[in-house]
Amino acid sequence: MANKPRITKAYTLGFAAAVTMVCSILLASAATLLKDKQTQNVELDIKYNILSVLGLVHSHDMGPDELFKLYDEKVKSFVVDLQGNQVSDAKAEDIDPRKQPNLLPVFAKQEGAEITAYCLPTQGKALWSTVKGYIALEKDLNTVKGITFYSHGETPGLGGEIEKEWFTEMFKGKKILNAQGDIVSIEVVKGKLRPDEKDLEHKVDGISGATLTGNGLNQFIKATLEKYEPYFNSVREVTS
Amino acid sequence: MSLLSKKSMGFVKDPLMDNNPIATQVLGICSALAVTVQLQTAIVMSVAVITVLAFSNVLISLIRNAVPSNIRIIVQLAIIATLVILVDQVLKAYLYDISKQLSVFVGLIITNCIVLGRAEAFALQNKPWPSFLDGIGNGLGYSMILITVAFGRELLGSGTLFGFHVIPEAAYAAGYQNMGLMVLAPGAFILLGLIIWVQRTITGTVAD
Repeated sequence: MANKPRITKAYTLGFAAAVTMVCSILLASAATLLKDKQTQNVELDIKYNILSVLGLVHSHDMGPDELFKLYDEKVKSFVVDLQGNQVSDAKAEDIDPRKQPNLLPVFAKQEGAEITAYCLPTQGKALWSTVKGYIALEKDLNTVKGITFYSHGETPGLGGEIEKEWFTEMFKGKKILNAQGDIVSIEVVKGKLRPDEKDLEHKVDGISGATLTGNGLNQFIKATLEKYEPYFNSVREVTS
Repeated sequence: MSLLSKKSMGFVKDPLMDNNPIATQVLGICSALAVTVQLQTAIVMSVAVITVLAFSNVLISLIRNAVPSNIRIIVQLAIIATLVILVDQVLKAYLYDISKQLSVFVGLIITNCIVLGRAEAFALQNKPWPSFLDGIGNGLGYSMILITVAFGRELLGSGTLFGFHVIPEAAYAAGYQNMGLMVLAPGAFILLGLIIWVQRTITGTVAD
C-alpha cells in the first residue's frame, strides 16, 4: 500500500469523526423515513389484538385500512378510573399502564347504541417476563368472551404456549364472579382439571412444565379484574 | 480478475462446506440456538445476516487503506452496528410480526463474531468485490446450518414446517408426540452437534 496516509493523531480523530457523522446521518434518515410505517404497525397490532379478542376478526387476512375502519366502526374506547368514573380527558389507546396505573382503558364492542362486550388490557409478571394481553368479557361482565396474550418472553413450548389458541380457547365461557357476585377470577390450575373438581367454571387446564407461568397469569388477571370491578359494578347496577 | 472466475467463486463456496463459519469455526452459535425454533424466523435471520455481512465487508474493504489501524476495530463495529440497526428498522417497518419474534436477536447480529471476524480477517486485506463474495459466502454458510437446524427443530418439535402441519393427525392418534426438547435450546445443541459431526466426516476436518 504505497499511498497509505501518514497516521497522525489529528487524522485518526478526523477519521473517527467522519465515520460517526456518516453513520449517524444514515441512521437518522432511516429512522425518520420508516417511522410512520413502524408506528402504523404497532397500532395495527394493538387494534388487531383488540378486535380478535372481541371476536371481530379471526385471521391476519384483512388489510390495514379495512382493519382500522372496522375498529373505528365497532370499537368504542374510553377510560375509567379506579372508582369507576369515566375520565373524559384521556384517550384509551394512549394509556401507558406503567406510568398511569390509575387510568383504566376500556375497549367496548358496540352494536348500534348498545355495548355488547368489553375488552381490557391486562399485563403482569409471569415466570421470566412481563406478559401482555387482552381479556374480553360478555355483556353480563361475568362471562369471559376471549383472552389473548400478544407479548411475552416465556419459554417457547412451555410457558410460551399461553399465546396458542388451544390454551386461550379454554377461557371462553368461564365466569369471573362467584354466586355471591364477588370476583374470583379465572385460575390456571396445575396440570389437567379433573371432571369432579369444584368451581369448574372458574378454572382452566394448566400447561405441564409451565405451572409458574400459570401462577403469574392467575395473579395479574385477578389484579386487573379487581381494578375494573368498581366500574363493572356501576355498569351492572344500571343494567339490572 | 474476472468477476465470476473460479477463484472468485471459491470465496463463496469455501465457507459453505470446507470452512463453514458455524460448523468448522464454531462461530455465531448464540443466534443459531435462539432463532431456529421455526423455519420462518431462521430464514429472515439468515437474510439479515447475509445482508449485513456482505455490506459490512464491502464498506470496510472500501475504506481499508484509509482506516488508522489503532481505531480499526471501533470503526468496523460502528459500520456493522449501523447496518444492523438499518436492517432492524426495515424489518420493523415491513415485516413487523417476524421482527417481533426475532426481537433482540437482530440487534445481536452486531456481536455475531462471524461479521466482525470476516471484516477483520478478510475485508481489511482484500478488494471490495472479493470481500462482497466472501460476505455472501460466509452468510450462506451460516444460513445453511441455521435453516437445517430450524427444519429439524420445527419438524420434530412442533410437527410443522413454515407453520403448516406436516405430521398427519393419524400419527398423533397412533401415539406420536412432538418432541418438547426440540423447542428448547438443548434441542438446537444436539442437532447442531449432529450436523457438525456429519459435516466434519464429509470434509475430513480434524480439530487441532
